[in-house]
Amino acid sequence: MTRRSGLFFVAPALILFGIFVLYPMASALSYAFFSWQGTARGGFAGLDNFHALFTQEPFRSQLPRAFGHNLAFFAGTMVVQNTLGLGIAVLLHRRPRTRRALQTLYAMPYLVSPIVIGYLWTLLLSPTFGPVNALLRQVGLGSLAVPWLGDPGTALWVVILVSAWQWVGFPVLLYGAALGGVPEELSEAARVDGASHWQTFRSIVFPLLVPAIGTVSVLTFIFAMEAFALPYALGGSTGNHDGATDFMSLLFYRTAFENGSTNAIGVSSAMATLLFAVIFGGAVIATRVLRRTEERIAG
Amino acid sequence: MTTTLAPSTDRASRPTGIPGPSPRGRKPRPVGGLVGSVALWAYAVGALVPLVLMVLNSFRTTADLYNKPLSMPWPPSVDSYKVAWTEGHFGDYFLNSLLVTVGAVALSTAVSTMAAYALARTRSRIFSVLESVFVSGLMLPIHLAILPVFYLLDGMRLVDSRFGLMLVYAAAGVPFSVFVLTTFFRQLPPELEEAATIDGANTWQTFVRIMVPLVRPAVATVVVFRFVPIWNDFLFPLVLLRSREKYTVPVGLTSFFGEYSTNWSALFAGLVIATVPLILLFLVATRQIVAGLTAGMSK
Repeated sequence: MTRRSGLFFVAPALILFGIFVLYPMASALSYAFFSWQGTARGGFAGLDNFHALFTQEPFRSQLPRAFGHNLAFFAGTMVVQNTLGLGIAVLLHRRPRTRRALQTLYAMPYLVSPIVIGYLWTLLLSPTFGPVNALLRQVGLGSLAVPWLGDPGTALWVVILVSAWQWVGFPVLLYGAALGGVPEELSEAARVDGASHWQTFRSIVFPLLVPAIGTVSVLTFIFAMEAFALPYALGGSTGNHDGATDFMSLLFYRTAFENGSTNAIGVSSAMATLLFAVIFGGAVIATRVLRRTEERIAG
Repeated sequence: MTTTLAPSTDRASRPTGIPGPSPRGRKPRPVGGLVGSVALWAYAVGALVPLVLMVLNSFRTTADLYNKPLSMPWPPSVDSYKVAWTEGHFGDYFLNSLLVTVGAVALSTAVSTMAAYALARTRSRIFSVLESVFVSGLMLPIHLAILPVFYLLDGMRLVDSRFGLMLVYAAAGVPFSVFVLTTFFRQLPPELEEAATIDGANTWQTFVRIMVPLVRPAVATVVVFRFVPIWNDFLFPLVLLRSREKYTVPVGLTSFFGEYSTNWSALFAGLVIATVPLILLFLVATRQIVAGLTAGMSK
C-alpha cells in the first residue's frame, strides 16, 4: 500500500478520534488552570483552582471523604476478586466440560448496565417490599433486616458488595485464561515430588499468575476511581444521606453541573485533572511494582 | 506490558496438542472434587438469582409485591410492561438507545477497519506513530473530559442531539476497534493482496472485496464488545441530552424511577426492558464477548 492511500485510509478515524477524544482530553487539562465566569474563560489562574479544592468548603471536607470512599471501594473489590474470583477460577480449572457454561453464567451480571444493577438492588433491598429482608425475616434473622441503603453505616458496604457481585466473573475469566497458560508438566512434576495441592499452587502456579493479578489490579484501580453510575443509582448524585456513598465522580458531577458557583468549570476541571493524575499515576506505579515482582520471582 | 489478542479464553491460551504427559498416565483431577462442583454451581445460582428476581417481579402486580414479597408470578401480569413502555416512555428511550448505539458502532467500526488495514500494511514511521496515538486512547479516561466535550458539542450546536452523542461514542470506540482489527489484519498473508493486484484490483477494491470479508470474526468481536458499554453508558447522555424525548434508556430510567417510584412492578419492567437487548446479544454472541473481554489482557 502506498503512503498516500494509507493516509486516505487512516484519515476518517484520525479526524473523528482527534476531534472528539484527543482535543477534549487536552483541553480538559487546560481548563483547570484558568478562572471562569460561567462559561466564559477568564485569566490564567495558575494553581488557584487546585488550591480552592483543599481550602474552600464544601470541597475541603467532601473531597477527602469521597476519595476515601473510592479507596475503600478499590480495596473491597480487590479482596473479593483475589479471594472469591481466584478461588472460583482455580476450581473451574480442569473442569473442561462445565467451565464454559459456568463462566458464561458468571459473566451475566457484568453485561447489565451498572445503572440497572444499582436500581435493581435498591428494589431488592427495599425495607418495605424487598425480597432480601423478607427472606431474612422468614428464616428467623429478622434482626438483620435493616434498611441497608438508608443507614449510612451499611450503605457504602452495599455499594462495594453489589459491585463485587456484578464484576467477580471478570477476574474469573482472566485468571482462567492465565491458569490455562500454566504448563501442566510443572504442577505434575511438583506433585510427583510429593508436593500437596496447596504447596503446588503456592510455589508453582501462583508465581505464574502474578502478571494476571497485576492486570486485574490495574483495571480494578481505574474502574474504582471512575465509579459513577452504580453509586448514582444506589445513592443519588449527593451520595445518599450525609454523603455516605459519595464518590469522586459524583462530587465532580455535582461541582460541574449542579453547583451555582461562577467558577464551577475551573474547580471541577481541577478535580478532573487531579483524578486523572491519580488514575494515571496509580496505573504507572502498579505496573512498575508488578514488573519488579515478576523479575524477583524469575530471578 | 505487552498486550495480545486472545481469540478465545481457554482453548487458545493453552498450547493445543500437548495435553501434558502425565508421568503416571492419569488425567489431572479437578481441584476440590465434588465439593468444588457444588460450590461452583451454588455461586452460579447466586450470580443469577437477582436477575431472575428482576424478571419474575416484573410480571407481578405492585399489590402482590407488597403483600407477598417471596411468591411466584402466577398468573403473570404484563400490565407493568404496558405502563413502562407507553406511559413511562420506554418506547422512545429504547428507540433512541438503539439508534445511537447502532449508529456509533457502525461508524466507529467502519473507520477503524479502514485505519487498521492501513496500519497493518504500511511500514513507514508516520504510521507507527499514528498507531501508538490510537492505542494510547485505550488508557484515556474519556469521561473525565465531559466538560470540554460538552462545550465542543455546544459550539457545533450538537448538545441535546442524538447525532452528537453518537459521534462521541463512535470516536471513543476507535482505540479498541483499531487495536483489535490491526492485530487481526497483521495475521493475514500479504500474498492475498498481491494476487488481487495482479488481477487488476485497486487498493480500495482489494480492501472491500478481499480483506474485509476475511476479518469478519474480528469485526464481530468489535461490534459486540462496543455495543455493550455504549448501550449501558450513563454519564454522557445525562449531561449531553436535555429533552426527555431524546433520552436513552439509562437516563430514561432515572427519570422513570423518580416519577413512578411507587409503581414497583413497572420499575422492574423498566429494568428488564433496559436489559433485554444485552441478553439477546449475549445469547447470539457469547464467543465474541468472551474474546473481547480477554483482548486487552497482558501476558
